Amino acid sequence: MKLVLETRNINKHFYKPKDFHVLKDISFGIQPGEFTSIVGKSGCGKSTLLYILSTMDTEYTGELYLNGQLITGKSNEELSRIRNRHIGFVFQFHYLLSEFSVLENVMLPAKKLAEKSLEEIEHDAQEKLKMLHIGHLAQQRASRISGGEKQRVAIARALINNPTILMGDEPTGNLDSHNSENVFNIFKNLAQEKGLSLLVVTHDNDFAKRTDRIIEMEDGSILK
Amino acid sequence: MTNWSVILKIARTHLTTKMKSTVTAALGVTFGIGAYITMAGFMTGLNNLLDGLTLNRTPHIRLYNEIAPSKKQPVSLYTDFKGAFNVVTSIKPKETQIKIHNALPILKYLKTKEDVKGATPQLQAQIFYLSGSIELGGILIGADIMEEARLSNINDYIVSGSPEALKNNANGILLGAGLADKMSLSVGDRIQVATVSGSIFPLKIVGIYQSGLAEIDNAQSYVNLKTAQRILGQPENYITDIHIKLFDIEAAPAMAKRLERQFDIQAIDIKEANAQFETGSSIRNLITYAVSLTLLIVAGFGIYNILNMLIYEKMKDIAILKATGFSGRDVSLIFISQAVIIGLLGGILGLMVGFGLSVLIDNTPFETEALPTIKTYPINYNPLYYVIGIGFALLSTFIAGYLPANKAKNMDPIKIIRGT
Ligand SMILES: Nc1ncnc2c1ncn2[C@@H]1O[C@H](COP(=O)(O)OP(=O)(O)OP(=O)(O)O)[C@@H](O)[C@H]1O
Ligand SMILES: [Mg+2]
Repeated sequence: MKLVLETRNINKHFYKPKDFHVLKDISFGIQPGEFTSIVGKSGCGKSTLLYILSTMDTEYTGELYLNGQLITGKSNEELSRIRNRHIGFVFQFHYLLSEFSVLENVMLPAKKLAEKSLEEIEHDAQEKLKMLHIGHLAQQRASRISGGEKQRVAIARALINNPTILMGDEPTGNLDSHNSENVFNIFKNLAQEKGLSLLVVTHDNDFAKRTDRIIEMEDGSILK
Repeated sequence: MTNWSVILKIARTHLTTKMKSTVTAALGVTFGIGAYITMAGFMTGLNNLLDGLTLNRTPHIRLYNEIAPSKKQPVSLYTDFKGAFNVVTSIKPKETQIKIHNALPILKYLKTKEDVKGATPQLQAQIFYLSGSIELGGILIGADIMEEARLSNINDYIVSGSPEALKNNANGILLGAGLADKMSLSVGDRIQVATVSGSIFPLKIVGIYQSGLAEIDNAQSYVNLKTAQRILGQPENYITDIHIKLFDIEAAPAMAKRLERQFDIQAIDIKEANAQFETGSSIRNLITYAVSLTLLIVAGFGIYNILNMLIYEKMKDIAILKATGFSGRDVSLIFISQAVIIGLLGGILGLMVGFGLSVLIDNTPFETEALPTIKTYPINYNPLYYVIGIGFALLSTFIAGYLPANKAKNMDPIKIIRGT
């Protein structure tokens, strides 16, 4: 089956303060609709890998494919478009535009994509918020909601353009067990019903165990 | 593809949440542009006024005959004395007339030239004004008054009466205001003029002429050309001056030189006659632009500072925008449009402030003997200054916004997200 995401021999060094080989020969692929988790000790390079996969970091060697298309070496302008259209990203810390309302935050990537009318975008954004049980916060300023709520707004924003793959750096890190469970179920549903691929870094072993596949990392390499 | 509505929405949100610095930055621009509009309007208004005072009534080229000793004395033509050391004492100019010998053909020729707006004949003569027992020396100018009115702004200086009144009265005179004062005469009164040769001629005052320059108003009066010729007992071709107005004042020096050679006559052009006025005008312009530019540079630095601070404050926003698919170009446009919005708002307000101040100055009383037609300070409302003003505002804010925006464009989102 065609892979949604594939890496071939990705290597990355940090040169400051001294040469540090942070990612070593990373090669793996992700199937459509596959729910994958990445686990590993703190500092083993999970976030670094995710930044490369999300096309934000271009300083590496090796090849990255998205939907069978080579991404490595594309211009920044093209990478922006690819991120906008195909990749949803949830940060380790919840980053929202604090001066905008929750709804506007969620709508922003769709407005940039400009494939739908404003009404449709707003409707979709409301749907995503409701799905994450924060529909009632839509008009609230993003700076005036709790950390867990922010994390869910960030998830809604990552989903707004119906991406091919959703990447998360500890997306449930700030959530209580109830909401964590809810987010897990939403992810699971999206994978099964919509065919969305997910790649999620987590420190929560229970969370990881229930995903389709676990990638274990140690010192910049994939163990299995 | 640039999605302007999103970009402008983000720019607007940044501006409205930082209302204080936005207003400060915009007011800086307002100040610069307002000062520019006011100064440009006032300075050029002043220039035009001063130009009008002297330049507009100075012909672009004046043709006349000068009485001067000939440069070549007959003895030097005489070959017998060639190489000898000749001494000629007590040189006198040849006895000749100050009239222009071929005035009518010259006038005819000038009227066929395309770059000549008009050429008028004048007869200037020394006379005495007689009223009762008073006798004042002065100059009488015989002129084609309707042509003069068309070509110069003499109309502005006729404080009572009109050029038509003079034209319709063969014995009419437009008396200098100083003369009228001294002899306590007014329109409708009679006056006599005496020529140097002694003949006396009665004239009727049909108007008063006040140029604003005392030495002219105390001596000079206008009559019709034919009247002047009759007073002096001279034929119709007796003309002492020809005044030429061109369409392009810049062509005056070259043309004056050409006419001098062509007709063997003295020709003085306006530039030569009024060299000092050009300098005055250009210095006033220089001051206007120097002050406005300084104010705008200060305003530009203000905008640069504010935007620079803003992008550090909004670093996380920049990272999020880039992570969610906004390109570096989009991000830089967000910040540039903020600068330009500040420039546009501040600039438009500046135009209004400048216009308001101009109107204020325009209505401030400014009365002076020297300028009979001027009641308030002069202002030039040339729309060009308003166009330059807003262009200036947009350009300076664009430059001030460009550098911070470029910085934002090149920010690495990962570094920001990692917090380094
Ligand atoms: N800009 C950098 N320059 C040098 N070294 C860096 C830089 N960023 C990260 N590192 C190092 O690279 C290693 C991998 O970092 P990374 O953030 O990928 O870890 P992680 O697996 O995500 O850890 P955590 O689970 O704590 O988030 C760490 O040892 C870190 O110190
Ligand atoms: Mg990490």
